[in-house]
Amino acid sequence: MARRATITLDLRRLVGRWSLRAADHVGRFTFLVLDMFRGVAEWRIYVPRTFEQAQQVGYGSLFIVLLVAGFAGAVTSLQTGYQFTGTLPLYYAGAVISESMILELGPVLTALILAGRIGARYAAELGSMRVTEQIDALESLGRSPITHLLMPRVFAGILVIPALTMFANATGIVVGFFTAKGSLGLTYADFEYGARYFFRPLDLWYSLVKSYCFAAAATVIPCYLGFNAQQGAEGVGRSTTTAVVSASVSILLLDVVITQLLLGVK
Amino acid sequence: MIQVINVSKRFLHNVVLDGVSLEVQDGETVALLGPSGVGKSVLLKHINGLMKPDAGDVIVDGLSVPRLKRKEIQQLRSKIGYVFQYGALFDSMSVYENIRLGITDETCANDDGYCNDRVKECLRLVNLAPDVAEKYPAELSGGMKKRVGIARAIAGAPKYLLYDEPTSGLDPVNADVIDALIERLRDELGVTSVVVSHDVRGSFRVADRVALLWQAKIRADGTPEQVLASQDPAVQQFLERDLEMGLIQAEGEDRAKHGA
Repeated sequence: MARRATITLDLRRLVGRWSLRAADHVGRFTFLVLDMFRGVAEWRIYVPRTFEQAQQVGYGSLFIVLLVAGFAGAVTSLQTGYQFTGTLPLYYAGAVISESMILELGPVLTALILAGRIGARYAAELGSMRVTEQIDALESLGRSPITHLLMPRVFAGILVIPALTMFANATGIVVGFFTAKGSLGLTYADFEYGARYFFRPLDLWYSLVKSYCFAAAATVIPCYLGFNAQQGAEGVGRSTTTAVVSASVSILLLDVVITQLLLGVK
Repeated sequence: MIQVINVSKRFLHNVVLDGVSLEVQDGETVALLGPSGVGKSVLLKHINGLMKPDAGDVIVDGLSVPRLKRKEIQQLRSKIGYVFQYGALFDSMSVYENIRLGITDETCANDDGYCNDRVKECLRLVNLAPDVAEKYPAELSGGMKKRVGIARAIAGAPKYLLYDEPTSGLDPVNADVIDALIERLRDELGVTSVVVSHDVRGSFRVADRVALLWQAKIRADGTPEQVLASQDPAVQQFLERDLEMGLIQAEGEDRAKHGA
């Protein structure tokens, strides 16, 4: 009986501690986002830095994004061939490859790669700046770390991730077509017919809207976690890991929510 | 003038400051002494608004720091130079860019000619050669980093200078160089300074007044002579231990000199 009471008490404490921590995170995150909105007017500070960041992030991520998109297009093409050969007209492969890339694989894979690549970088950079007091130094010089450090990184991601998504979509479709041509003997005319037959302009908008939302998640969350890193190198490591995991999970969650909102069948 | 009035601060169950009061007159240099981890840096961060007190008030230049809005506090901070314990230099920027960032006046900060001259002048004030400007923080020694940190803090011609452990982690020779630099800046620039330290010898050299923070309270506050003459056992214990360390270090230096 006494043992049971102790366990209940500990559970309560645990729930209480977790609730407090969650509320603390929600509060800090909200204030950070509000501060970013307040800082929008100071464009002279963050715009030049945004382009610097976008250049670094964009060029640096282009190769890996195109590589993964190419492989995704090839695998989709091969699996479509495996499932459809002998049961459905071959031009369906064009529709499956292009729609899979535009609706799901392009935006999600690009966002997940960038959540790992730039999310880790942002969290580690800001985290080490926090623990070495560089962020305090910036504040003590009368400069806002929000407009100097956070906004350029977030806006660079929002600028670059949708563009990379569109490149990924195109690469996946092209590689998918060539794979289908090699393995299934699909002609360009059939591929184009299938792709056009099922394509709706909304699909591209949907892909773009998704990539903007994913870009926000892949940048704001790591920036928040890095900005609030504590306890030296260990804290920076923890915030970096948490940043990648949280950003990736948020992207997958957003994927479900946006799909239901924009394409959900009522 | 800087006034810290009954400031209290706690982190979870750890009371760091408990009704601490301190006054620094214009042009005065006050050394805030105390053992490591006692809350000296926390108190310093209250002065430029990097931390907010749980209770009490901090008044700088007639303004209540905890009540200032974002823009107002940014303006106030441009009058306060802050020298961080480990320099806190921006490692992705060169020394030149670091010091230039310290020029807080927007009109001057956009004038390349003014900035070049100011960076050179600041490097001269901290006894560093002009070619150091091209280097990156990773290429500098500990003492040089501290001096660049001071150069960045004075670049905006501040009215107040806050030093957070300016000599910690330095050998006695470099510590003396930094102490001499603090004295020189006080005399040449006439700034109001607060020097946080646990180095008694250096603090007594640079300060007009000394305050001892002990167990979350100000235990002693007065001229170096008054504090040295204090009969408070806590004050005596702290001073004796630190002065002994200073003597041991000085003897070691002497021996090294004679040995060489």
